[in-house]
Amino acid sequence: MFVTPVIFTIFASLINGILSKSVELTFELPDSAVECFYQEIEKNTSAALEYQVITGGQYDVDVKIEAPNKQILYQQQKMQYDSHQFTAQQTGVYKVCFSNEFSTFSHKLVYMEFNVGPEKPLPGIGEHATVLTQLETSAEEIHSALNRIIDHQTHHRLREAQSRKRAEDLNERVFWWSLGETFAIMCVALAQVMILKNFFSDRPTLYNRK
Amino acid sequence: MKLRSCDCYCQLFFESFRIFAEVSSKMMGLFKFSSILAVFILLDVASALYFHIAEGERKCFIEEIPDDTTVIVNYKVELYDPRSGGFMPSTPGIGMHVEVRDRDDKIVLSRVYSSEGMISFTSTTPGEHVICMYSNSTSWFSGSQLRVHLDIQVGEHAVDYANVAQKDKLTELQLRIRQLLDQVHQITKEQSYQRHREERFRQTSESTNQRVLWWSLLQTGVLVGIGYWQMRHLKSFFEAKKLV
Repeated sequence: MFVTPVIFTIFASLINGILSKSVELTFELPDSAVECFYQEIEKNTSAALEYQVITGGQYDVDVKIEAPNKQILYQQQKMQYDSHQFTAQQTGVYKVCFSNEFSTFSHKLVYMEFNVGPEKPLPGIGEHATVLTQLETSAEEIHSALNRIIDHQTHHRLREAQSRKRAEDLNERVFWWSLGETFAIMCVALAQVMILKNFFSDRPTLYNRK
Repeated sequence: MKLRSCDCYCQLFFESFRIFAEVSSKMMGLFKFSSILAVFILLDVASALYFHIAEGERKCFIEEIPDDTTVIVNYKVELYDPRSGGFMPSTPGIGMHVEVRDRDDKIVLSRVYSSEGMISFTSTTPGEHVICMYSNSTSWFSGSQLRVHLDIQVGEHAVDYANVAQKDKLTELQLRIRQLLDQVHQITKEQSYQRHREERFRQTSESTNQRVLWWSLLQTGVLVGIGYWQMRHLKSFFEAKKLV
């Protein structure tokens, strides 16, 4: 029969689509704003949240994960980056909030990755009853190794982005500060001379009035 | 609650398919696979991550990607219904304006879509791509809240392997190898992009280094010059005043 495997595949992928979800988002967090994301998680499914502030202010953010029954599963204040893994105790909508409420003027860029459940298997794999051949086992191993590489790459990409933005910031600051400093020195030099001259001038001034 | 209804839907879906298959397995062969896939994608996005935005509010997401990378954005918008206190599953009146800009602020894609849809684009330049979404605000709905289900998949994650297997008639192992290849390609692309970014980073650092160096030299020069000028000026002043 041709139809049964097709239906089975669709059904399997449908179920997988509901069970496993992975989303990576990088979003802007304006000053004194709260950004919340919601995700439905089934009971006993493990979920992992990873986040990092890429740029803005002191590179920190308040993070909170709330269970459907309003219980707070995870709460951190002024974190630069972290990850948290938990297993859903009940089915329902879980809420993840990023808050920049403590900051009144710095605009931030936040990366987050939210993984729910195990990775979606390829269609057809794991459905046959026979033992995996050596080739299949190695393919499986390579796949998980590559996944780890991609994860590490993402991590490095973010750290690099953070450092690069910091360096660009520093470059800019050095430029403006040096301009300001030069101007300040010139002003001070002129003022010093003027004031000193005033001390010895004959006309009564602000500094030598008796 | 929504999940349960979705589950029911799935079961119903499955059940109806089974009955359908039993009644006429020949007809089933005619049933287009793509349409089934389309239904699967629509169902899929309903279980995705969601957030709330106000009507007319602009929401942007940034994806830093290498060139020649496919990004798939799945979304679904639901409008808050004040009468029932919930969200309407489908709102025909609402459209979403989606705008994608690349690193140079050039528009890659800018269109108005319906309340539910799938957008895909392939990057031509590496860098930060900004995906912005906002609803086409109509005066009737203004001020109300929208719930946006969103799923963004990048690169190898964007490939629908069920479709690939079906189209190219691949065996399990071949499909797995295909996936491995895709992953390796993505890693390679990412690495070459990483090299570019590292170069930019290095340039910035070197520029900072140069600036600090030249500034310190210049500042020393300025200080010495000003000191000299001050002394000379004051000396001539005191001499003119006959103080020394």
